[in-house]
Amino acid sequence: MDIELRMRVEELHARYAHALDSDELERWPDFFTAKGRYRVTTAENEARGLPLPVLYAEGEAMLRDRIASLRHANIYEPQRYRHMVSAVLLEQQSASRVKSIANFLVIRIMENGEVVLFASGRYLDRIALPELRYEERVVICDSRRFDTLLAIPL
Amino acid sequence: MKRVMVKPLKVLGTYTQVLPNNWKLYMDNVKDTYHASLLHLFFTRFRINRLTQKGGVFVSADGAHHCTYTEIVEDRGDAYEAGGMRSAGGAHDFRLEAPELLEQVDELGDNVSIQILSLFPGFVLHQIRNSLAARQVVPKGIDRTELNWTLFGFADDDEAMLRRRLLQANLVGPAGYISMEDGAATGFVQRGVAAAADRASVIEMGGATIGSGDSRVTETAVRGLWKAWRSYMQV
Repeated sequence: MDIELRMRVEELHARYAHALDSDELERWPDFFTAKGRYRVTTAENEARGLPLPVLYAEGEAMLRDRIASLRHANIYEPQRYRHMVSAVLLEQQSASRVKSIANFLVIRIMENGEVVLFASGRYLDRIALPELRYEERVVICDSRRFDTLLAIPL
Repeated sequence: MKRVMVKPLKVLGTYTQVLPNNWKLYMDNVKDTYHASLLHLFFTRFRINRLTQKGGVFVSADGAHHCTYTEIVEDRGDAYEAGGMRSAGGAHDFRLEAPELLEQVDELGDNVSIQILSLFPGFVLHQIRNSLAARQVVPKGIDRTELNWTLFGFADDDEAMLRRRLLQANLVGPAGYISMEDGAATGFVQRGVAAAADRASVIEMGGATIGSGDSRVTETAVRGLWKAWRSYMQV
């Protein structure tokens, strides 16, 4: 495995995490290819071969709709995330694609200071090269439970 | 129930939404035919459910169970816009770049855009466009409720219908464009009432009785819930 490629993929994951954690949600769709897909599911549904997503978007229009809705349509309590991404494993499939598996933890911070471990799980990614964007990011949450609501993407 | 359960089902998946409130507040929300088009911009803006659309509510004689529906027939009226309602789109003229998320095929053939049914004390069946689901309401404490969602389709769904159901899964559950707001709102009410435990507020929208009708501008189903609960609790 090419060390430089590893560094670039880890930096992609880091930039993605910082964008979400810094409330730069409008940048979120830019981390994906034009037809990029984003799906949040649970380990339980994956293990049972069930297709139900908790959140699903295919293509940049749906990704932008999700953010526009959070900004202008939906009612929910203000909150922030802190992502921890680690244990990245890569498998280069071709000159134009690399697969990545990484662990994540997401801590949720409410306005009153309440901090909780909100989600843990794995990112299963297909990343387009050389542009380094997600063709697909599947977020597999370890738990089937979600506290109150999942507004900001994981 | 018979309207939706017309042929063998196929479970698409499950998850749990943990609500920071008493179970009765969630059922109160489910049975409130009035809040949907005020709270949920997706219902009003995209004309899935407005009180000016044709629909109705059925309430069982003891008040415990209810069913409400709205017809697909498009309402061209602008009552919500004229009233300056946030849920009509607001200052941002909110629209979707990918409106196919909301496209409905009238698979049950009766022109219903949304049906919400509740069985006392803790069961809900919904059809919202082509999203079908059962919700199980499990009390876990005075101020904690678990909502177990099971989304399903039919065993004979073709690929296009499966895709439609998975896209419309974005409307419901913890990340649902509609349902995330119910999680937020019921939590707000739980915290709000805690500050005034010795006070009461009564609004008799649509009268004081329980019964069925063609108007959803009523809290008849909500009154039914509390009436049934009081009778079981002997208060």
